[in-house]
Amino acid sequence: MHLANYLGYLHQSEQNLAAGFRKVGEGHAAEVDVFHTGNTLAGQCEAHVEALEPFVGRYGEEKPTEPDRLYHEFFDGTREGGLGLIRDLHDLYLMANACDIAWTMIGQAAQGLGDRELLDVVNSCERQTATQVKWLKTRMKQAAPQALIVAS
Amino acid sequence: MTDRIANPWGERTPFGRDEEWPLRVDRFLDEGVNEEDVDAWVQTASILHSNGDAMDIAVKDGRIVGVRGRGVDRVNKGRLGPKDLFGWQANNSEDRLKKPLVRKNGELVEAGWDEAMGRIVDRSKELLEEKGPLAFGFYTTGQLFLEEYYTLGVIGKAGLGTPHMDGNTRLCTATAGQALKETFGSDGQPGSYADIDHADAIMLFGHNMAETQAVTWMRVLDRLEGPNPPELVVVDPRPTPVAQRATVHLPIKTGTNVALLNAFLHEIFQNGWYDEEYVDAHTMGFEELESTVADCTPEWAAEVCGVEAERIREAARILGTAERLLSTALQGVYQSHQATAAACQINNIHLLRGMLGKPGCGVLQFNGQPTAQNTRETGANGDLPAFRNWDNKEHVQELADLWNVDLMKIPHWAPPTHAMQIWRYAEQGSIEFLWISCTNPAVSLPELRRIRSILDQEDLFVVVQDIFLTETAQLADVVLPAATWGEKTGTYTNTDRTVHLSEAGVEPPGETKHDLDIFLEYARLMDFRDKDGEPLIKWEHPEEAFEAWKECTRGRPCDYTGLTYEKLRGGSGVQWPCNEEHPDGTERLYGDADFNTRTADCETYGHDLLAGAVNSEADHRAIGPEGRAFLKAAPYTPPHEEPGEEYPFRLNTGRTIYHFHTRTKTARAPQLQNAAPEAWVEVSPTDAESLGVSEGDTVRVESSRGRLEAKARVSGIRDGVVFAPFHYGYFDQKGGDAPDGHARAANELTITEWDPVSKQPLFKSGAVRVTKMADADGSPAPAPTNTASRPAGNVQVPETAGGAGAEVTETMEGGG
Repeated sequence: MHLANYLGYLHQSEQNLAAGFRKVGEGHAAEVDVFHTGNTLAGQCEAHVEALEPFVGRYGEEKPTEPDRLYHEFFDGTREGGLGLIRDLHDLYLMANACDIAWTMIGQAAQGLGDRELLDVVNSCERQTATQVKWLKTRMKQAAPQALIVAS
Repeated sequence: MTDRIANPWGERTPFGRDEEWPLRVDRFLDEGVNEEDVDAWVQTASILHSNGDAMDIAVKDGRIVGVRGRGVDRVNKGRLGPKDLFGWQANNSEDRLKKPLVRKNGELVEAGWDEAMGRIVDRSKELLEEKGPLAFGFYTTGQLFLEEYYTLGVIGKAGLGTPHMDGNTRLCTATAGQALKETFGSDGQPGSYADIDHADAIMLFGHNMAETQAVTWMRVLDRLEGPNPPELVVVDPRPTPVAQRATVHLPIKTGTNVALLNAFLHEIFQNGWYDEEYVDAHTMGFEELESTVADCTPEWAAEVCGVEAERIREAARILGTAERLLSTALQGVYQSHQATAAACQINNIHLLRGMLGKPGCGVLQFNGQPTAQNTRETGANGDLPAFRNWDNKEHVQELADLWNVDLMKIPHWAPPTHAMQIWRYAEQGSIEFLWISCTNPAVSLPELRRIRSILDQEDLFVVVQDIFLTETAQLADVVLPAATWGEKTGTYTNTDRTVHLSEAGVEPPGETKHDLDIFLEYARLMDFRDKDGEPLIKWEHPEEAFEAWKECTRGRPCDYTGLTYEKLRGGSGVQWPCNEEHPDGTERLYGDADFNTRTADCETYGHDLLAGAVNSEADHRAIGPEGRAFLKAAPYTPPHEEPGEEYPFRLNTGRTIYHFHTRTKTARAPQLQNAAPEAWVEVSPTDAESLGVSEGDTVRVESSRGRLEAKARVSGIRDGVVFAPFHYGYFDQKGGDAPDGHARAANELTITEWDPVSKQPLFKSGAVRVTKMADADGSPAPAPTNTASRPAGNVQVPETAGGAGAEVTETMEGGG
């Protein structure tokens, strides 16, 4: 059974995403909505990590041994300015989408296994992840014209 | 005669449930002027709050000399509030701006109109060439007329093509509009003021109606004094005049509204106080709402909000068992943490109870400023005109057809830019042209130090159009002197959708111009054209602009097509929608429980209430609301900046009945100015004791963003909360545009933060510390004693009074 592989992947990805939301929020603290909403969403990701723990215990967790090209680990610093903001949000968007599809995969496995408890966690967390993706898209769409056309 | 400074609400005219609110005509004339001396009475409505009190201006020898209420009008039946009665005197002030000003060698100097407009147009053309329309921002007000907002909206959206149009109404009314959109699919006030006449319970949530809409509070007071009065549930951390009359008053911690509302909803579910049939037929989201509030017991909320569980239970019982429930909300909701989420929960109570669109059963999500409603309608505030959806191509195409421009000209790739984002773009330098009309952000926006520094930026070209040299105008590159209320003609709409005509009674002073003419002149000089090469703006006068606006509203929820200036002249104001189907207007919306949530019609596809993520058209179609309203759920989350060791108090900013906004007009009306001449700070008796502060001592209030100094009023405010009125700036101080040794503006302290959905700044948020600076000099705090700032306990403070100069004639029905 390879569920442990996906659990390990998601467990790590949610941690990375939480750290990413906080880092981008701090790096762009003058965009106060990015700062506050970033922190709120980081809190959601951290709650997801916690919610996954019992299942990591139940099914195990395989840490990937090779560098995974789907692992969107966040780079160290944040970028600057309007363009920097959308590029940073773009990174978070990819990371959040990776989490989103991982939730879907784990949800499929939970159905196959008849694990209602896991399925409940997947359902509630997946919805939040989907909203995170939507928020990132909303914010990026808003910022893009200004950043790409007129920002210095 | 009544001293309407000492007694702002005047004499009572009690009435019982379902009876007609009796007439009482208020009249105030300048000293020495008698009714028979008046040359003409000119019809208008109040421009100093959102209530829409209909009134006539008394004109003598070409000057305004007084006012009287219009007994014929549905809104006020003749009554006027103190600001209506005395505020008009500002029109006659000697220090009105009378000539344009332009900045030369760092100084503002008088100039001709040609030079002033020339500078604006030259800079516009240059920027348009270099950077395009995204370098332009327009920041409007809540005091212009409908015709002016609409004209400016067309100029910005179809002339220049900028999405950066919003204004001061983002600070007052954005959450009201947003919550209505989220719940009912589009903006539009469900209720009517007349619901007060029929209700058996009224909830006033974060709404000090007595001071913000004095005349509507008179209506409530008259019910309270009559037979079978309504029960009142009042939520406010201050002992407002409204709270004084409450059946249950819940002085909760600021920032905890959603916790309290979720407990109310919990009780409604637990006790089965909801209308199952209504909920099934007309709403979506019942199960999610029920599960969201499942653990929100009164005991839990008591802990979060800092009030007793029993009181919460008692309030919930009133809301849950009333046969006719009216709810109202204002800035205590809209300018607080989780603003839209909280406002939606108020809507939810009414959906669950099936109490909408029937006499006495309504929601009034109030507005702050007099013409705020029109910014929402015309698209001057970050919406598209006539409640169209920016994300719906067909809606945008309708506008393109109406204005005869290419669809691509009208920015619709994202929500129109909200006010705080406009200021951020200006701060970053990507907006280089900012036209501020008739509002004063250098006093009214959060974190003033930041705002002043933005306005000071070398590369930002600032145009200010106003009637006085405000704090903001002093920082402008070009100042345009405008005519004001009483000097120009147009219409505006109040909180309960009542449209009033306001006619010019006197000539504007000096070289001032009508706001509409200023915008039209700009459009002409910029030579904005439609697709056929014809001038984009095809009207020259207010009435023509109104007719153009009517076409824009045809078939939309805010349908004005049945209105004309003629129809609005002489009689009462009329509530929209007013069209062929409803020729006399519409008292209440949603009596048929058919909501504007069809995908093709709705104004928004909705947002999530936590982060403000936008739903797509596909999301909305998939949900398929088809005329059902949304029960939107939101768990409580704590405010972002909580009190701690360094800053132990919660800040609350707000208003007093005697002033409007930044006192630009009310400071120039002696009765109003004398009633509340200076800033003050309110602290509770317990906090005062621990700080060693007594009535009248000077205190310093500091946040991480700034500080102010003012005299302390020891009031009945909740422990741990500090209140400062936001009205006071520097135009009548040494500094002029900024503090010079004495900071007193409440917004020196406030946090730059906004609600994720409505984008309304959170003025009732943030943490501060208080330090005593000096003992009282023998005089008390300059705060009114007959309002929410009333002193606590037995401290002897002279009562607020206006004396002979504030005597107002009140004529009751039958001449009484």
